[in-house]
Amino acid sequence: MNATNGADGRDARVGPVTPVLTKRWMSPRSWTLKTYEQLEGYTALRKALRAHPDQLIQLVKDSGLRGRGGAGFPAGMKWGFIPQNDGKPHYLVINADEGEPGTCKDVPLMMADPHSLVEGVIITAYAIRSHYAAIYVRGEALHCIRRVHAAVQEAYRAGYLGKDILGSGFDLDVVVHAGAGAYICGEETALLDSLEGKRGQPRLKPPFPATAGLYSAPTVVNNVETIASVPYIVNGGSGWFRTMGTEKSPGPKIYSITGHVERPGQYEAPLGITLRELLKLAGGMKDNIPLKFWTPGGSSTPLLTAEHLDVPLDFEGAAEAGSMLGTTAIQVFNETVSVPWAVMKWTEFYEHESCGKCTPCREGTFWLAQVLQRMLRGEGTPEDVETLLDVCDNILGRSFCALGDGATSPITSAIKYFRHEFLELCEKNQPALAGAQS
Amino acid sequence: MTVAPEQNQQGEAPPVPEGHVRLTIDGVDVVAPKGEMLIRTAERLGIVIPRFCDHPLLEPAGACRQCLVEVEMGGRPMPKPQASCTMAVADGMVVRTQRTSPVADKAQQGVMELLLINHPLDCPICDKGGECPLQNQALKHGRADSRFVDVKRTFPKPIPVTSQILLDRERCVLCQRCTRFSQQIAGDRFLDMLERGVHQQVGTSGTAAIEGAGGTGEQSYFSGNTIQICPVGALTSAAYRFRARPFDLMSTPSVCEHCASGCAQRTDWRRGKVMRRLAGEDPAVNEEWNCDKGRFAFTYTTAADRVLRPMVRDDRSGELREASWTEALRTAADGLLAARKKNGVGVLAGGRLTVEDAYAYAKFARVALGTNDVDFRARPHSTEELEFLASEVVGTRLDDEGVSYADLEAAPAVLCVAFEPEEESPIVFLRLRKAARTGKTRVFHIGQWRTPSVEKTFGELVACAPGAEATVVSALPLRSERADVVEALRRTGSVVLVGERAAEIPGLFSAVVRLADLTGARLAWVPRRAGERGALEAGVLPTLLPGGRPVTDPDARAEVELSWGLRPGALPARPGRDTGAMLAAATSGELSGLVVGGVDPYDLPDPRLAEEALRAADFVVSLELRHSAVTAHADVVLPVAPAVEKSGSYLNWEGRQRPFGTILEGTGAVPDCRVLDTLAVEMDADLFTQTPEATADDLQRLGVYSGRRPDTPREPASAAHRPGQGQAVLATWRQLIDNGSLQDGEPHLAGTARAPVARLSAVTARRLGVVFGEPVTVATERGAVTLPAAETDLPDGVVWLPTNSGPSAVRRNLGAGHGALVTVTAAPTGGEA
Ligand SMILES: Cc1cc2nc3c(=O)[nH]c(=O)nc-3n(C[C@H](O)[C@H](O)[C@H](O)COP(=O)(O)O)c2cc1C
Ligand code: SF4
Ligand code: FES
Repeated sequence: MNATNGADGRDARVGPVTPVLTKRWMSPRSWTLKTYEQLEGYTALRKALRAHPDQLIQLVKDSGLRGRGGAGFPAGMKWGFIPQNDGKPHYLVINADEGEPGTCKDVPLMMADPHSLVEGVIITAYAIRSHYAAIYVRGEALHCIRRVHAAVQEAYRAGYLGKDILGSGFDLDVVVHAGAGAYICGEETALLDSLEGKRGQPRLKPPFPATAGLYSAPTVVNNVETIASVPYIVNGGSGWFRTMGTEKSPGPKIYSITGHVERPGQYEAPLGITLRELLKLAGGMKDNIPLKFWTPGGSSTPLLTAEHLDVPLDFEGAAEAGSMLGTTAIQVFNETVSVPWAVMKWTEFYEHESCGKCTPCREGTFWLAQVLQRMLRGEGTPEDVETLLDVCDNILGRSFCALGDGATSPITSAIKYFRHEFLELCEKNQPALAGAQS
Repeated sequence: MTVAPEQNQQGEAPPVPEGHVRLTIDGVDVVAPKGEMLIRTAERLGIVIPRFCDHPLLEPAGACRQCLVEVEMGGRPMPKPQASCTMAVADGMVVRTQRTSPVADKAQQGVMELLLINHPLDCPICDKGGECPLQNQALKHGRADSRFVDVKRTFPKPIPVTSQILLDRERCVLCQRCTRFSQQIAGDRFLDMLERGVHQQVGTSGTAAIEGAGGTGEQSYFSGNTIQICPVGALTSAAYRFRARPFDLMSTPSVCEHCASGCAQRTDWRRGKVMRRLAGEDPAVNEEWNCDKGRFAFTYTTAADRVLRPMVRDDRSGELREASWTEALRTAADGLLAARKKNGVGVLAGGRLTVEDAYAYAKFARVALGTNDVDFRARPHSTEELEFLASEVVGTRLDDEGVSYADLEAAPAVLCVAFEPEEESPIVFLRLRKAARTGKTRVFHIGQWRTPSVEKTFGELVACAPGAEATVVSALPLRSERADVVEALRRTGSVVLVGERAAEIPGLFSAVVRLADLTGARLAWVPRRAGERGALEAGVLPTLLPGGRPVTDPDARAEVELSWGLRPGALPARPGRDTGAMLAAATSGELSGLVVGGVDPYDLPDPRLAEEALRAADFVVSLELRHSAVTAHADVVLPVAPAVEKSGSYLNWEGRQRPFGTILEGTGAVPDCRVLDTLAVEMDADLFTQTPEATADDLQRLGVYSGRRPDTPREPASAAHRPGQGQAVLATWRQLIDNGSLQDGEPHLAGTARAPVARLSAVTARRLGVVFGEPVTVATERGAVTLPAAETDLPDGVVWLPTNSGPSAVRRNLGAGHGALVTVTAAPTGGEA
């Protein structure tokens, strides 16, 4: 996909889209330390190192920055959970596993501007008194791993990492760790197990990572975009940050738009922008074929329809519309796509990625996928629709982690808005119009 | 049970005790200790929440999601049902289980249906059918029929995990009990989870499809427990698979006869045949676990060479022939009377007797044979050991000085001396591991290498050459670099455990007693065999009468004479001969007869001497289960009952009574005590040991010694031998699963033994020209043992051999033991020298 950068302002006909996180993406060799330093890079770090760590935690609390990994947990509050003076090592772990279907923001960020992540890592580590940080990058994103690696090496050479950073007395080592391509390893506790060299499966909580995370020591796990936002907050202040977005969901956000639009790509916008506005940025629906359904934040967030074009895309707005903001991975589908077909594909993903630990998700996704495949073969019955819903009901809120919950979202929301399409499959007893052309 | 008491008149609930909380479950008010999981609290109220992954002795997993309940906290309902096995009680909690909450009930039914979609319907041929938690709970909490009409996941079945354990993966519900048992309890990673999603499965490195894994899996001594805790029939044993249905079996509580751990067991049998054995529940002893030897080694009682009829040696042919009891007892009595008259008769009683049988031997020796020549120690032994047992061990009771399992668990530090817990007393090992893993217990080992016992107890090894243990123990308080050991032992509640190998190291018992005195640590003796502690208390020793009475104490003798109805002065006053001395005396003709009960000459320090003694003695009576090297020389063989065919009790290492009843009735087999009683009558003496019950009463009446305890041993610490050119010092002890005759007839179990290897350090191997992986020959002038060499962190100049595993029959082939000098050479490939 050609990553179209909508953040350079020229396409902006809506909202105050002054690029923040993406402002360097179009600069030549934006990923190098040289470019980064020319464009205010590592100035926030100098400022941060002069502050008391607690001031930084307070600053991020005040900014209202919420996690960009999907759940929207307030970042400053998470940092504040780390016990201080406990005599244990503290760890910072960056979740760069980016596995949620449709999500394509962390990898582009790391490709275009890896130093913003590295700078955010150093400031965060300093704030939580950690001397060791790991960046867990999705295994398939090989060139991205190399790029982050290179940035970390550059930062070491420039004295931003290692011992006595910029003469502050603060030490930090950063390791770039390649995952092995399991969706579940994006779940923070499975990620920690994987990082420790074990099979990636979620851990029982409590204890939460803040008290017993990596190697049972206090650990902060944050998403790439969350941490990359930190240097801007340090430089701009919490008040500036809050000028963007909404009261409860402040700040800028990278929306990744894929599917049937003219210009798919990453679009930075303040939280609360609507799909209608985003579609304008993305050049509208491809070939003007009308919108049929879309996901606001990846396949784990219940899908929405053309009715929802004006839903404000922040944590509260998406929830009010019966969905979730998730990772702001907007997947757009036009009228040519069969909903049951798309749902089957998603369900096959969850079946493939279920870690197997808990019964509802392991067995449920296996069952759901078979029912959907059978329906798509034209061998379904109307009762199957009820079975799908009931099996989802037996998974949602019953599984061990949120993967199982996410697996039910496409199915229940699709049946909610497009039940007739499922029923038609059963009645006509013929294969669906597979959306294979997309 | 801490159900909250009724409210008082004012309608106020009484205060909640410290460390407790008050909550309601299904409307019932209950007080529960903080930290208790909801599923346990409910259980105490009689509310059973269905479960698969939950096990009270394993850490919570929350994996199966079968135990979901609705929870309200601070008046606010939690949005999702919660796993009651992972949620701890809290003050003011309102819990609704499937009995009162439609949401919880639906959630449970849903999970059950999901568990069943991939479960085969092979209950009619599954070993677990009839005792299957999945079957039972599906009937109770599941839907009557399934909506699943698609294709089930299948696997080729079964895969052998070991020679004993088979795995049918399609039956598995992935509760992870077996893998958590392996990781947490046994610590051997015998089983682990592989793959993910619906392909997730239990397996080993040997079954993993991972390219190049090619492992063979981990060996485990505790593998049978995984079968027992599997809530479905996914894990089965080769020994029992397809042999019986649980509802056709009789289940009888029993006690394991294999070692001094003293596990409670359950024996399942039908039509006069034991079909399987399981771990019994005894929180104070084995919790819910046992070792594979205890579980699987029981077919020895049906071996083809079992002695079922009395036999006497035919004058003319010189062969044993069957005889009537009358003839055999008469012949035995005549022979023993004649031998007694000549130079006397000694009694070798063996270490596997019940307390009652042991007592009968002790009494038989004194009353019928008029001697103190009696010893249960059919293994290396020493006078120092005798002194140690008399001064430190005999008569210690659990309720005062005696060390218990619970004491191990609570100890700040435990020092294992000449004791290999996993091999010699597996339940002691499990408790030490638990103490170290979940508590703050530091476990130290004085031994030769970082054995699995050391590793899995998170142990700290104080390594020394075999034979140097006494010197090392003596020097512990003097060596500043080991100050931590002494410091740790000084903490209240610390324990020193000493094993039977200490008898092979002069000065070690004395040094251990001094260390315990110096640090205040408590001292316990952990023998290997199930009968040793009982035999000690029963007086099967040349210096001790029953109840720990020294034979040299006239008052003690008088007490016994009175109780036994003997004339004053009837009991011999001089200490008798120990096992070794009896054998030497028999060989030289100074002893004319031997009564031998369940002794394998090849377990003795010098098997050749034992065989010579048996040959040289005028008259040998053997009380035996099966034909052996003893019956080969015996003049009369009297069959005795195995544990399963008699009642009685053992004393485990703690000194705890482990009583058991007869499981297989009416086999006609009689216990040793009865045989000895009748034999004594033929010799004109009365033992009053006709039945185990009568015997126990007789022993009970005697009570215990209240006089002054003999002095502690004061033997100087010996130094280890120094190996010369081509030599090494031998370290050796027995493996849990080895060539022991009680494990005969169970090839599936034998296949799970640790592979016998000769261990030595890289430096020693280089010096001796030995190549790892290649055969190495360890020899004395008596013979040789050849095994593959394995690199191990032994001190230099030391070679380790398993005492009785595979071709390594150390005592029989080498006539040597722990601490002996041996020659070590690279063997030409191609087998035993
Ligand atoms: C199945 C599953 C997959 C997830 N994958 C990711 C991921 O790829 N990247 C990510 O940042 N968070 C992912 N998360 C969310 C993390 O568990 C965690 O909430 C997040 O990393 C916290 O960072 P934040 O607070 O900065 O958002 C996933 C969660 C689940 C349940
Ligand atoms: S919901 Fe259960 S099976 Fe699915 S990924 Fe989470 S823990 Fe694993
Ligand atoms: S028993 Fe509670 S989740 Fe398995």
